[in-house]
Amino acid sequence: MSVLETDELVIDIPGRASGSALSLTVSPGEVWGVLGPNGVGKTTLLHTLAGLRTPRSGQVRLDGNLLADMGRRRIARHLGLVFQEHQDGFPATVLETALVGRHPWLSPWQMESASDLGRARDALARMDAVDLEHRLVHTLSGGERQRVSIATVLTQNPGIWLLDEPTNHLDLHHQVAVMKLLRELAGTGRAILMGLHDLNLAARWCDQVLLMFPDGQACWGPVREMLLPSVLESLYGQRLKATELDGCPVFIPV
Amino acid sequence: MIVSDRRRALGVLLVLAVVAVAGSLTIGSVPLHPGDVVSVLFGGGDELQRTLILDLRLPRTLSAFATGGLLAVAGALMQVLLRNPLADPYVLGLSGGAAVGALMAMLGGVAGWLVSGSAFAGAMLSTLLVFGLAHGSGSWTPARLLLTGVVVAAGWGALMTLLLAMAPTSRLPGMLYWLMGDLSHAGSPWPALAVLVVVCVLLFPLGRTLNVLARGHVQAAVLGVSVRPLEWLVYLLASLLTSVAVTTAGTVGFVGLVVPHMLRLLIGNDQRLILPACALAGGTLVLVADTVARVVIAPEQLPVGVITALMGVPTFLYLLYRSR
Repeated sequence: MSVLETDELVIDIPGRASGSALSLTVSPGEVWGVLGPNGVGKTTLLHTLAGLRTPRSGQVRLDGNLLADMGRRRIARHLGLVFQEHQDGFPATVLETALVGRHPWLSPWQMESASDLGRARDALARMDAVDLEHRLVHTLSGGERQRVSIATVLTQNPGIWLLDEPTNHLDLHHQVAVMKLLRELAGTGRAILMGLHDLNLAARWCDQVLLMFPDGQACWGPVREMLLPSVLESLYGQRLKATELDGCPVFIPV
Repeated sequence: MIVSDRRRALGVLLVLAVVAVAGSLTIGSVPLHPGDVVSVLFGGGDELQRTLILDLRLPRTLSAFATGGLLAVAGALMQVLLRNPLADPYVLGLSGGAAVGALMAMLGGVAGWLVSGSAFAGAMLSTLLVFGLAHGSGSWTPARLLLTGVVVAAGWGALMTLLLAMAPTSRLPGMLYWLMGDLSHAGSPWPALAVLVVVCVLLFPLGRTLNVLARGHVQAAVLGVSVRPLEWLVYLLASLLTSVAVTTAGTVGFVGLVVPHMLRLLIGNDQRLILPACALAGGTLVLVADTVARVVIAPEQLPVGVITALMGVPTFLYLLYRSR
């Protein structure tokens, strides 16, 4: 299983003078949450970690190899990304959309086999989307589309999962279902890192959190040490009330 | 789409292509019996029939087919590249560059391969111009490329009007026919056919990668596609295909836009199926159009581009209307 590391990484946010250099290690079995207000660079960080953007300085390593030196296909076998927004140019069905997750695993001459189709259908079933199989993706609701995106990465089956607000558009039941799925994936040795806006989901389901402040500063650590009301109030510029439920902190904005 | 459906779709298109070729060889100012055509192709027949088929109709038939195939495949590639269903090689200014090259050669009084060569040079110049300018400071988005192409095409359009306005009356009909697509002066069909076949074979292993690219360039990058080199390759291939087509037959509009669309509405958007299907269907469309163009008011001939548009527009609108 794969490890994602950053060495003194500074992401490139236009117009921001400086920022904390991030040196973190996302190990197999860990679930990381990235928290911070709008525009702080959560998406930019995820895209930099996936090798889609070049950092201002520092490096990203995947299993010890420099991400910048790896080919896209090799990266895609180890790392998957669920985007916050979906670009659906041409009409495609839900099954076809899940099936593209097999792309990094097939040679140019190979057609998708019955076993590839089986993997895509299993992934859709995991995301409660198997009945949508023949629907066109641009006709889906926001939440259904989000579940199909996660199913694509399930089909891709990488060791490292990056997710940009995976609970976007999802109803309460599916939010919890996705969090359970991610925990389960971590239990089988995947490393998970996701941008989140919901403090309570982060408190309940993450092991580690990275807090990103608007001035470019950042800090990270185990969830229990990081999610303190005073820190979170300064992070979001919002007063909070905290309580505890079943041994887990709960935050309510007031 | 399952494998047997794909084979059937390609089979139907292949049969249509063969029927169109047979029709083009037998129909004309001197109608021939299909049996005579077959015997000429296998080395028999009398002198007149041999000249009529081997020197006149066969080269023109193959040129028409190749032109249509090249334009349709180029259109399909451009649409994937720009992730815009309205993209077509001509929108990006390729035909404009080719037309200005050809018109300048005609105005200069030359004929034959010099016109074709000048058209090819114009198309390639336009390709480099659009790609270079759109690349600019490094950000290279489909919208930027499309906009650059549209503006460059408008510039070529103005130059074409200028050249036509300056042209002596005696040269005008030839120039106008070239602009609307004209196969009566097409030379040897083999280079165009060879380019079509080679590019289709080269594209086949890229088919699934192009499917992923059609879903957006960041999504494609995350799924293991080296996006930038692939986009260069697709753009250069589409430019080459268009340049060869324009050099063969002048500017036959509409095929590159409408054939890939029709096929997507009928058989889905898997590039491994769409690209060869475009080669067959595009070829068939232009061939049928050219056959109509040379017989409808025989012995006068119409520009083939007029017929492709007149046949394609209603078919396309019907399919679009029916599709929901």
